[in-house]
Amino acid sequence: MSELSLYLLQQLINGLTIGSTYALIAIGYTMVYGIIGMINFAHGEIYMIGSYVTFIVIAGLMGMGLVSLPVILIIALVVAVVIASTYGWTVERVAYRPLRGSNRLIPLISAIGMSIFLQNFVVLSQGSRDVALPPQVTGGWNFGDPSVFEVSISYMQLLIWAATLITMIGLTLFISRSRMGRACRACSEDLGMTNLLGIDTNRIIALTFIIGAALAAIAGLLLSLYYGVVNPFVGFIAGLKAFTAAVLGGIGSIPGAMLGGLILGVTEAMTAAFFPSEYKDVVAFSLLVLILLFRPSGLLGKPEVEKV
Amino acid sequence: MLRINNINTHYGQIQALHDVSVEVKKGEIVTLIGANGAGKTTLMMTICGDPQASSGKIHFDGEDISRLTTAKIMQKGLAIVPEGRRVFSGLTVEENLYMGSYYRSKAEAAETAEHVLELFPRLRERFSQRAGTMSGGEQQMLAIGRAMMSKPRMILLDEPSLGLAPIIIQQIFDIIQKLRDEGVTIFLVEQNANQALRIADRGYVLENGRVVLEDSGDALLTNEAVQQAYLGG
Repeated sequence: MSELSLYLLQQLINGLTIGSTYALIAIGYTMVYGIIGMINFAHGEIYMIGSYVTFIVIAGLMGMGLVSLPVILIIALVVAVVIASTYGWTVERVAYRPLRGSNRLIPLISAIGMSIFLQNFVVLSQGSRDVALPPQVTGGWNFGDPSVFEVSISYMQLLIWAATLITMIGLTLFISRSRMGRACRACSEDLGMTNLLGIDTNRIIALTFIIGAALAAIAGLLLSLYYGVVNPFVGFIAGLKAFTAAVLGGIGSIPGAMLGGLILGVTEAMTAAFFPSEYKDVVAFSLLVLILLFRPSGLLGKPEVEKV
Repeated sequence: MLRINNINTHYGQIQALHDVSVEVKKGEIVTLIGANGAGKTTLMMTICGDPQASSGKIHFDGEDISRLTTAKIMQKGLAIVPEGRRVFSGLTVEENLYMGSYYRSKAEAAETAEHVLELFPRLRERFSQRAGTMSGGEQQMLAIGRAMMSKPRMILLDEPSLGLAPIIIQQIFDIIQKLRDEGVTIFLVEQNANQALRIADRGYVLENGRVVLEDSGDALLTNEAVQQAYLGG
């Protein structure tokens, strides 16, 4: 293969890696929007909290002398998911549920407030500077001719793909097969009717916040290990990117969020292949503007037409 | 079984129901007729607690339900077939039915589902099809079947004949009578006053949010004012 095609392959690998994590975060936006029609702007902060918890747990466990990496990662995953879900649930309970039924702008403003609050809460409790952790998952595969261009897939990237894939399959099965998943779909079609069937829709709404937060925490764990550094502001940009991915795929659609995340990740990586990497954000958000202009319902979203 | 005492319901500043009192006894079919905008659907929804009545009391089986949440009310043995059917169009017929029996055990629900499918053989044919792809009549059958899935003691039906072909309407009215024969109490809102009054034990006439008449179904059918206003003279 030529140097260019190997180089593009490398960028594709990198793009799919980042894209997977965008997809994980995007699902939280899309599920909440699907049910209550609200953009949860504090969702990026939940991801950021998941990242911090990951670092704290890993550092703590290593400090206690634990050496088995899989055990450390699994404990970190469980703790990050539980804590982030608790935050997700609490945010909904405290900042959104009391505002249910009011003008749509009001919970949106509350969400922005919650986002600022959580960010500053972490600044105050953890400091505002970068926190770094040495790479935990090291090594990888290299292939291609070293004299032309060597493509590398790190084990960390494989871990991200595998974790994302398992999570997506699990979520898809849950939504399509389980009783609660069915209720989630019913709620996103007609919340009022679901309520009229005697189902406590507040519990289903809370469940979507918990699922969204858990997925964001998984993304937080994976990305923070991948980059090896977090600060209290990582949630903002990751949240915006995931939001873009959700809109790109069609907000309200779970497969759309998955697809949107991957497309956005690959687009960014390809941009970085040919232009200075600062331009990747420009391209990502230009994509958002274009989608909103020409296909506001997204790639897999349903246009808002009611069949009578 | 259902006793509505002097309720007033508001949408914001607008009062939709004025001092409405209605009673439905166990085993009855009671119908509520009235023109568009008279407040029929509002009364149905007020029973379900969405919106809640601003004053007055609603008792179901002797229990005051007027301050309960919608979900709590609908777990008391009451089910609704709402205006416009509101089936979940992206869910299959099967999934729609089982949404109606969310809190029941799988075995119990399967038994009721079998009964529903006997009443509506069309639903069996369409069992794994998405509800949104079905005709209006089939969707209406599904909405009734879904309401039956919780094994309610009483079903509220809001305009079940709206927009359906006459032959389907006849089927729907037959099913309503069959449900009553099975011991389910029926409260039926209809614009199709003629047909509704024929199967009803008693009826109420609602005008501008007020009950203006109540009598037996037969008496209302022959009532001159009702004939003039709702039965086409």
